[in-house]
Amino acid sequence: MLELKLADYKAEKQPDWCPGCGDYGILSALQMALFELKRDPSQTAVFSGIGCSAKTPHYLNVYGVHTLHGRVLPVAQGAKLANPHLTVVAVGGDGDGLGIGAGHFVAAGRRNVDMLYILYDNEVYGLTKGQAGPTLGLGEKTKSLPKPNPQSRLNPLLLAFAAGYTWIARGYAYDVKGLKELIKEGIEHRGLAFLHVLQPCPTYNDLHTKEWFAPRLYKLQEEGYDPHVPAGLSPEELDRKMMLFQEKALEWGERIPVGVFWKAELPTFEARLKAYLPRYPEAYPARGPEAPLDLEGLLQEFAL
Amino acid sequence: MEEFTWRVGGPQGGGIETAATLFARAVGKGGWWVATKREYHSNIMGRHSYLDVRLARKPVQAFRERVDFLVALDGETLARHLGEVREGGVVLYDPKVLELTLHKLPMLDHRVAEDLAKRLGQADPSLKEVLQAYAEAGVQPLPYPFEAVADRIGEALGVPSLKARRTLNTIAVAASLHLLSYPLEPLLQALALQFRGEVLELNRKVAEAVYREEAPRLPFRLEVLGPAPGRIYLTGAQAAALGKLAGGLRFQTYYPISPATDESVFLEAHTHLPGADVAVVQTEDEIAAVNMAVGAALAGAKAATATSGPGFSLMAEGLGFAGMIEAPLVVTLYQRGGPSTGLPTRTEQGDLMFAIRGGHGEYPRLVLASGDILDAFLDAQKALAWAWRYQTVVVHLLDKFLASLAQSLPKEALKVLSLDGEKRLSPREGFGPYQRYAPGEDGLSPFIPIGTPGGFYWMTSDEHDPLGHITEDVELRELQMEKRMEKLELARKEIPLEDQYTLFRDGEVLVLGWGTVKGTLLEALDHLEGVGYLHLRLLWPFPRIAPLLEGKTLVTVEHNYSGQLADLVQQETLKRVHHRVVKYNGRPITLEEAVEALKAVREGRAPERLVLRKGV
Repeated sequence: MLELKLADYKAEKQPDWCPGCGDYGILSALQMALFELKRDPSQTAVFSGIGCSAKTPHYLNVYGVHTLHGRVLPVAQGAKLANPHLTVVAVGGDGDGLGIGAGHFVAAGRRNVDMLYILYDNEVYGLTKGQAGPTLGLGEKTKSLPKPNPQSRLNPLLLAFAAGYTWIARGYAYDVKGLKELIKEGIEHRGLAFLHVLQPCPTYNDLHTKEWFAPRLYKLQEEGYDPHVPAGLSPEELDRKMMLFQEKALEWGERIPVGVFWKAELPTFEARLKAYLPRYPEAYPARGPEAPLDLEGLLQEFAL
Repeated sequence: MEEFTWRVGGPQGGGIETAATLFARAVGKGGWWVATKREYHSNIMGRHSYLDVRLARKPVQAFRERVDFLVALDGETLARHLGEVREGGVVLYDPKVLELTLHKLPMLDHRVAEDLAKRLGQADPSLKEVLQAYAEAGVQPLPYPFEAVADRIGEALGVPSLKARRTLNTIAVAASLHLLSYPLEPLLQALALQFRGEVLELNRKVAEAVYREEAPRLPFRLEVLGPAPGRIYLTGAQAAALGKLAGGLRFQTYYPISPATDESVFLEAHTHLPGADVAVVQTEDEIAAVNMAVGAALAGAKAATATSGPGFSLMAEGLGFAGMIEAPLVVTLYQRGGPSTGLPTRTEQGDLMFAIRGGHGEYPRLVLASGDILDAFLDAQKALAWAWRYQTVVVHLLDKFLASLAQSLPKEALKVLSLDGEKRLSPREGFGPYQRYAPGEDGLSPFIPIGTPGGFYWMTSDEHDPLGHITEDVELRELQMEKRMEKLELARKEIPLEDQYTLFRDGEVLVLGWGTVKGTLLEALDHLEGVGYLHLRLLWPFPRIAPLLEGKTLVTVEHNYSGQLADLVQQETLKRVHHRVVKYNGRPITLEEAVEALKAVREGRAPERLVLRKGV
């Protein structure tokens, strides 16, 4: 592969996000992470849903697929399963992933396909002018809402945990360095990684702003929290880990933790596919089998 | 005998399916061509289900209105089907059910019970009385105590009653064949195909024991025609799955739905065989199914999904996405009775317009429909090839009737087609974006799977420029819209005419059909003069058939309410369709219905719209 510079990962296309948008930070962190991991752009694909965040792929020099509202995970999983050698990152907003795409969010957790999903959480539907997203709290009223939010907040970390994501973390859009490290870890994790990114929306969300977040955020790992869940943990030890996870995932208000919450080792979907498709590692769908189809053999069971 | 129809009815899950397969294989071994139709409820166990095995000296796909031989494995079958046994035909039944009255049959539809009660002039007649009424009308009742025979044979073999009664299907088939003076040997061969080990041994002994019983002489017998090597017997869903494998399918997604799921399950069950490497993923819903298949296609895998009406409705957005980003995708659509949940296990051709038009905006898609089991095998290959040639969505239409229809075929007819024409970009050296959507000379730009070395590009469901970036520029919009839509003209030009339609016979009255009316109409032609048949294989882009229709009395025959093909023909050819023969009760058109309807047209006594209503 060619020696690439950090700038090579950035596309010519200029972002059209609002000034001060958290998306810029996430884009930079993703670009830096791919560069530092030396991922070959031609073997890397970034998928997105619909919304402001979903424009991310257009600003990166890798294969970029801007899919449909809520459907980023099925498309990304399909590509990764067809060619397991690809580096796959899926991105989308809170409405995209936890509103219209919630079913896919949950089902993806059950599969554990080896890829990273980054959820940009600004609590609002930005591109349609600030309606309440699924992570906005009950009774909260941003300046874009005519009335306080009558629906309650969904906790992305708890949902990811319940669904079976094997790596769960939270980052902050304005902490680009910290975010970059999380993205790198998420990409390198073997299995489905979920990165929840807190991201102010300077245009529509006047409740949870940069000023609101700054004094509240703290880093889990700096306080000695160990997310690692090794295989073969005793049931008691696993229980303790889960309680600790839940406590941290629910922490919101005066103190808000960021960092890695959960890191488990479980077989990926690619490994599970091998059970009924023994030749999958070599003859994955994008490549195809070595042997021609034995139609004659297949027809034997239909002999009259 | 030239042909014969044997029907077996009983509770779902009670072995009648195995019985029909055994019967079909046993007579197939003796040289008869067979076709088996399956009717069942949306239910796991207990509700009424029946199968017709039609045998003939030449290949058949149509089914008759009257059966020659009915096997009733329960009382409900008598109540439902006695009216469909031909005069002089036979009904084999267990006499222990005769004391039951219609009201004691909990699953029998009220409408059927009421009709029978009215016919007999009684409030709640017993099955004995019902049977008697039909016997007077010419049906031959043959009591056969299936369970008692099972117990007796079981006792002789030292097998407990519960186990012996599991062979009721074999007993029913053996009794039928024995009564028909058909030899035992082909049945033993059929049993060997169906069962293994201890179970085979037991069933074999049971069949032999049945053949030792006294059997009354019937006025007709079934002879052996001769050996029939090289034939196979399979269903439409199996044929479609095999066709997908022959066409190089590598990735299939599905969400469970009747009657489409059989295909995906078949694929999953055979992935260990050489060359049958298909990753089959059961998704959370049909939205995921279509989008995951698109993702796999983008990475370079031949990908498809299979579904039925409700699932296809959910896929509409994903299909537009595939059309917009020019992803090669096959959707195998097994139509069933709609709208909404409709008739989940009954047949219909109600999705033609939806397959062609469903979704917002406009994008090129190809729609082809299979008329029979061999078509299903060949069309599945064509669908994959066309999806990759034209880099777009191909909808392959089948229906419930075809999915569950089983037929004997000469094995050599299942040919692997050599279809190519996909335009892929070769990897290159260096680093930089590909112009994925720059129009090529023939309108097609090379397909570049994700992971192709040397570069990258973008794909978006938004309108885009040649690199795949979002644009709202008027000229780029026009360019890309035209680039995509012109693929339809290219397809119409390139696809051989024999893959677009077949004029089986010309006539002053010209029948137009698509999909599974094919077999019935082809056989109906044998009974009609001056009637031709034009079978449409490619439904979109619509073939240029107008010159063939000139000066003809045009009739469409299809399984839907409005006559969707008739609308399409009128729209695309500007020719008026004079008669629409339609059927929408979920049951396939019978041979007699087709012949009668077309005779009426030929003789000028048919209305513009003719509704067919037969079926059980």
